[in-house]
Amino acid sequence: MIEIIRIIIIVLILIGAFLSLVAAFGVIRLPDVYTRNHAASKAATLGVMSVLLGTFLYFYAEEGHFNSRLILGIIFIFMTSPVAGHLISRAAYNAGVPLADVSVQDDLKTKKGSQVSVNQEKP
Amino acid sequence: MKTNDIILQTVTKVTLFIIILFSIHLFFAGHYYPGGGFVGGLMTSGAIVLLLLAFDMKTVANILPIDYKYMIATGLLFAVGTGAGALLFNAPFLTHAFKDVYLPLLGKTSLHTAVLFDTGVFLVVVGVTMTIIQTIGEDE
Repeated sequence: MIEIIRIIIIVLILIGAFLSLVAAFGVIRLPDVYTRNHAASKAATLGVMSVLLGTFLYFYAEEGHFNSRLILGIIFIFMTSPVAGHLISRAAYNAGVPLADVSVQDDLKTKKGSQVSVNQEKP
Repeated sequence: MKTNDIILQTVTKVTLFIIILFSIHLFFAGHYYPGGGFVGGLMTSGAIVLLLLAFDMKTVANILPIDYKYMIATGLLFAVGTGAGALLFNAPFLTHAFKDVYLPLLGKTSLHTAVLFDTGVFLVVVGVTMTIIQTIGEDE
């Protein structure tokens, strides 16, 4: 039983580290603010959550110590990190940061009614 | 364009309680674990700053009608009072005492006068932080 839990802990922490690495690569390689934000706020959230879950399981299984702060941290990150991503994206859009060249659709612009045609910001 | 902050405000309403509870936990855990009045006070003022970010200053002053300058004075009074209380028992200034007390709901609890001193630190930290931030914030 303890070996199974150990394997689960190892897999969780490795998955978390891998997802954080994927998030870092996404921030480096993706073309504009919105796609980078997408990579960072999704992959890093899940990565940090699985690292925290692995840490929680480690201390619970090996030391018998139920650390409720880690559970609270998981809930807190799950609630706040996407909202932070949303706010950063919205601030960028309201400040007029252009989309990447390859993007073809901007529904928010047509909904705001300022300009009808899409992708006009990049000449 | 008029912005709509409903996501930020809703998440603030939910997470505020977690932050306040965690700061109270840090405050009371300070004697046996990492934490104490300073970190607890900073985290409480962080929660109030989150409220200030999500809502505007007038709303927050409605929710928490506190003059933070009086809060600083109360905290300093707590600290000096626990220090001077030792003089009444013929002990040197800032001598602390503790006692195991049987409380009706909590059972056997060890009450320490250092918690009162820590309450003073907590109030001063919350008061100073909020005074600084509100003074800078309402720059009109």
